[in-house]
Formats: sequence, C-alpha cells, structure tokens
Amino acid sequence: MTDVFYVASRKGLFTYRRNGADWKTAEPAFLGEPVSAVLKDKRDGAVYAALNLGHFGCKLHRSDDDGATWKELAPPAFAKAEDGAEDAPSLALIWTLETGGADEPGVIYAGVIPGALFRSEDRGESWTLMEGLWNREERKGWFGGGYDKPGVHSVLVDPRNSKKLILGISCGGVWKSDDRGETWRLCGEGLRSDYMPPDQAQDLNTQDPHRLAMCAAAPDTIWCQHHNGIFLSRDGGESFVEFKDVKPAVFGFAVAVHPGAPETAWLVPGVKDEFRVPVDGRLVVNKTTNGGKSFSPQSNGLPAEPSYDLIYRHALDVDETGARLVMGSTTGNLWASDDGGDNWRQLSAYLPPIAQVAFG
Amino acid sequence: MARVSFTDNLQKHLPCPPTSAPGETVRAVMDAVFEENAPLRGYILDDQDRLRKHVNIFVNDEAVSDRVALSDPVAENDRVFVFQALSGG
Repeated sequence: MTDVFYVASRKGLFTYRRNGADWKTAEPAFLGEPVSAVLKDKRDGAVYAALNLGHFGCKLHRSDDDGATWKELAPPAFAKAEDGAEDAPSLALIWTLETGGADEPGVIYAGVIPGALFRSEDRGESWTLMEGLWNREERKGWFGGGYDKPGVHSVLVDPRNSKKLILGISCGGVWKSDDRGETWRLCGEGLRSDYMPPDQAQDLNTQDPHRLAMCAAAPDTIWCQHHNGIFLSRDGGESFVEFKDVKPAVFGFAVAVHPGAPETAWLVPGVKDEFRVPVDGRLVVNKTTNGGKSFSPQSNGLPAEPSYDLIYRHALDVDETGARLVMGSTTGNLWASDDGGDNWRQLSAYLPPIAQVAFG
Repeated sequence: MARVSFTDNLQKHLPCPPTSAPGETVRAVMDAVFEENAPLRGYILDDQDRLRKHVNIFVNDEAVSDRVALSDPVAENDRVFVFQALSGG
C-alpha cells in the first residue's frame, strides 16, 4: 500500500505520511501559495509542484529529495506571437501533471489552460507544446468550463503502449493520439451535453468530461465523470455508455477507478450546475463494484451534519492497491479510507481549499 | 539610467534588489533588468511579454498606460516601481 500522499491546496503543498494506523503531516511547502497540481514520479522519485501565483504567474518546482528542497523550473510557455500579441496565448494554469510511460524516463506531461498539452523529455527542465493538438481547427470551438478558457485536465498514458495518449478537455471533449502526441483525433461517441442546443448535444467537440480515469490493469476501461453524468468506455475512449438515474445524483467532478478491478469505481455526487453542493447536505462517495450496474453511496465517516463540501476533479485518488483512498474538499476537509472507500476517516477540517490529492 | 525597484512580495520568490538600468521606454529598461536577472522576466511579464494582469509598473508617480508594448517613456534618473496589484491575490 502507498504510505504517502500529497495535498495541493490554496495555501501550500501538504505531504501526509503513514504513521501506524494514522496519517501525519508537517509544515507545508510553498506556504501561502496556491498549488494547482502535484505529481510524484514513481520512476525516479521526483515530486513536481505547479503553483499559480495570483500576481506573478504559473510556476513549476521539482524536488529530488522528497520535498526537503525544491528547484524552480521554467514552466511550459507559449511561443511569442510574431504579431497581434494582444490576443496571443499565455499560460494561465497548469491544471494537471502526469508522467509518461514506464519506458520513457524523465517524460512529463502538463495539461494546461488555455487548452493545450505540453511535454517535457528532461524532467521538467524544458517543455514542448504539442502543436498537433494546438493547431487543430476544432480548438476554436472549445470553451471554458469553470474557468474562462478551455483546459486539459486529464492526461492518460496507455501502460501497454506509451505512444497512446487520451486527453479530457473542458470543454473540448475526449481526444486520442496513437503517435505520442503528433496527431490527434476526436473521440467519445455517446457523450451527451444538455448545455448545448438539442441538435448539438452529441457534438464530440463541445463535450465537458470533468475527469477521465483509466484502469491500470484494463486500460481500455475508462470512467468519465461528465458535466451531464456518469459515463463508461470499454474501448479506450472511442465510445461511452451513460448511467442514468444514479442516486443521489449523476453530477460531480471527481472519479477514481480501482487500478486492478475495472468494474470498481468511486465518484462524488453533487447538485449540478449553479449549486455544486452535496445532495440534501449529505456528502457521500458513490461506489460501484459491478461496472455501473449499481452504485452504493458510502457515508461512514463522512459528515453526519449538513455539509457543503465540493470535491474538485483532481481531489479524489486511490492508491496502487485499490484499498486506500483519499479525498479533499473546497472547504478544506480531508478524508482517507483504508478499505476501498467503505469507511472514511477525517484527517483534517482545517486545511485550505484543496485542488488535488495524489498518492506518492 | 533609471532606478528600478520591486515590491517586497516579489522578493520572497526570487532575489531582485533595487537596480539601475538604461533605456528610453519601460520595455527597454525592463529588458536591461532581465538581461541581468533572467528568472525575473516570467514573474513580471507573461508568455507574450505583456505586463502580467495583476502586476503594476509606475514611472515616477504614473502607472504605465501601455501594458502590452510597454512603450511608456522613461527619462534619465526616473524612478521605475514594480508593484503587486491589489487585485489577483
């Protein structure tokens, strides 16, 4: 089981380490700074932290000693426009960081706002814009979801073939590459958006997949918490089926899948759109163990009184065994489970708003 | 040479002591500053070398008006202040 996890919060990066049956943390790194993404590279032990400084832009740091010291790296950047600089792109948020394949040591991906993917081949020292995606004409049809500009929030690397990539874009649908990001095609048949005119509800390019989660042992199984509901793909994101009438709600942001059991997944439902709070004030984790045939809301250890916690799309994670889970909220609550999400324990009620939790 | 100084809030991220720099526009002065302190550029300017949305530059008592090309004039012995805006925190 994984004995460390990271909490990227509005006011710093917290590291939690297993301490017997409990978890403990110490002073955060980057105290006072918004941490938008964190990544532990299990191939070489490096930890990456992306900051979104309110005034001074997006920054990227790497630690090679498990957080004792940090080195600032040049963050991904858009090329300077030759003319028309007024509207030219500039990095607004590093929304997600992911490692490349096991056969690609040092390769890191960054999904960003405005909607783009960058890759580093040298442990974050330098970055290349994946122009094959950026130059797609369809990109002009994307729009912001939550943020002003569209963004790449999910980067899935196929463990069987690290040239195969899948992206989730809000709002720009599901995109696949089979050649390590050189060329891309739009996928996601079956996704549905009711925020578009009826005739465009099936339009692949304007779908809002809030989060994609790939099963490590069965990479063609991809769970999707979408703006309009819960979807599952059995063919590597080419097409999805929808689960309707799931109680207490089909809306949410986060989804995690058991790394060894593609039928088992966890989601955190909420009241959709303008509310974004737990249904009836009852925070639950919705768990399925049968591929979505049924869902079982888990509430043991979660607030018994009315709660208004929202779990952001990166703020639910499962460890490599599928037994340990961790979840953090915009209210600064942090919970962990040791038994596959059936029972939860509150680790803190006093953290800053949480953007991401990630096992190390 | 203009005298250039930086908000204390920037000092916690990277060293940027007060300095002097030549140039007849804000762009020229700042480019001269970045020549000596390259990591500072990304904290003050965005990817397109525009002034970051929540950073302000004053020439003496006047906030710069051109936040894209940074063409506001700078005279010999002017003081250039780089501030953190109160927005954006």
